[in-house]
Amino acid sequence: MTAMIDISNAEKTFTMHLQGGVELPVVRGVSFHVAPGECVVLSGPSGAGKSSILKMIFGNYRCDGGRIGIRHRGVVIDLATAEPRQVLSVRRSTIGYVSQFLRAVPRVATIDVVAEPLIANGSARAEARDRAGALLRRLNIPERLWALPPSTFSGGEQQRVNIARGFISDLPILLLDEPTASLDAANRAVVVELVEEKKRQGVAMVAIVHDDEIRHLIADRIVDVTSFAAAA
Amino acid sequence: MAEHVSAANDDQPLLVADSLGKTYGRLTACRDVSFALYPGEVLAVVGESGSGKSTLLQLLSAQLAPSAGRVSYRMRDGVLRDLAALGEAERRFLFRTDWGFVHQDPAQGLRMAVSAGANVGERLMAVGWNHYGRIRDTASSWLERVEIDTDRIDDAPRTYSGGMRQRLQIARNLVTEPRLVFMDEPTGGLDVSVQARLLDLMRNLVSELGLAAIVVTHDLAVARLLSHRVMVMKGGRVIETGLTDQVLDDPREPYTQLLVSSILPA
Repeated sequence: MTAMIDISNAEKTFTMHLQGGVELPVVRGVSFHVAPGECVVLSGPSGAGKSSILKMIFGNYRCDGGRIGIRHRGVVIDLATAEPRQVLSVRRSTIGYVSQFLRAVPRVATIDVVAEPLIANGSARAEARDRAGALLRRLNIPERLWALPPSTFSGGEQQRVNIARGFISDLPILLLDEPTASLDAANRAVVVELVEEKKRQGVAMVAIVHDDEIRHLIADRIVDVTSFAAAA
Repeated sequence: MAEHVSAANDDQPLLVADSLGKTYGRLTACRDVSFALYPGEVLAVVGESGSGKSTLLQLLSAQLAPSAGRVSYRMRDGVLRDLAALGEAERRFLFRTDWGFVHQDPAQGLRMAVSAGANVGERLMAVGWNHYGRIRDTASSWLERVEIDTDRIDDAPRTYSGGMRQRLQIARNLVTEPRLVFMDEPTGGLDVSVQARLLDLMRNLVSELGLAAIVVTHDLAVARLLSHRVMVMKGGRVIETGLTDQVLDDPREPYTQLLVSSILPA
């Protein structure tokens, strides 16, 4: 089976110019692959570079070396060297990213925050809103909140809005950064279900999950990030 | 790399800047700027006052002649033309229909003493519309789109608040369905609460209409919300460029790191 994500020898170093040019190596020799329908969980202590690897796969952090191969519309694109326009195209139709925190535009209603990725991909507004509503309902966000912007919501509610926004698309790759961190047991179970459904649809996923129980439930394979530690 | 193909590269750039520069005597306002802007793409130009970003915007929109290099634009017939070589009629066509220009100060982009409806309708008349009823209906639907109460259609913008004026300026610019909009600090003179509303509105309009835009701003939050790509300018040069979230979350150049780290957390 052809991998959806194929990373080899990727590396990342931050150069802090405001601190006298201090070099902060983050990861080195990052190599793993993810097949369709598989969920790979990155493990390792805080600061080991798990989130950085996720951000490199999304093209949010630039890669200083190596290769990040992404299967995008039937061809492989190396995100480590891709043009901005290619990265945008990959994000539009291939990779979704559920970040740890919701960064929403002020004033936009929750239902529209969730529906936006579908609309951006050409779905009709009404249909996108229907699917957004269904997902919000599953994640136990009461309907009376849908018309409000999520900025006033609690941390757990915001995270569920963020999850709904991430899971609504039919993208073949999904990156999950601590999707269950501030959720109660019932909502954690919903996220586990959503991940299962994505697997059945053949979606390739990379996740960061600190909760052991959730990790066992969703991980098909665990990649230990400490082996990619860049010696300072 | 054995395989590398991009499906997204087959369309053609709308505007191409090639080694663009402007000097005033011994003073260099802007030098060696090259990039290509594609249809539907929003590019933010960020940098502090005096970095050359406003000069660049004027060069790109043919309001200023470059001292070096050139700007080419793909006309509606699909041909890429050097702006400096356009005739006056072609240039006027661009300004009236194919381009929009949103000024920081709405008074510069509006006629303050004539009605809001006439401000929007004027652009339509310039492209040959002559049916009063249709012009008024279109103006009215655009006022609604930018969230201005249509009861105010006959009032002059000098009676409007700052935020309303800016939204009216946007309506006036977009009514002719331009393909490219230049914006110079579009939220610059507004209260923070009004800024958020305007940004949200601009963001929706740009994506619904598939507009390409070049937005000059010193506000990185504006760049993050509106743009796909960003160019950081300093001392008249482009010092860093890339995807907006990449440049803002993983800045490489010392100056960009300084800009990003200088934002006060809200």
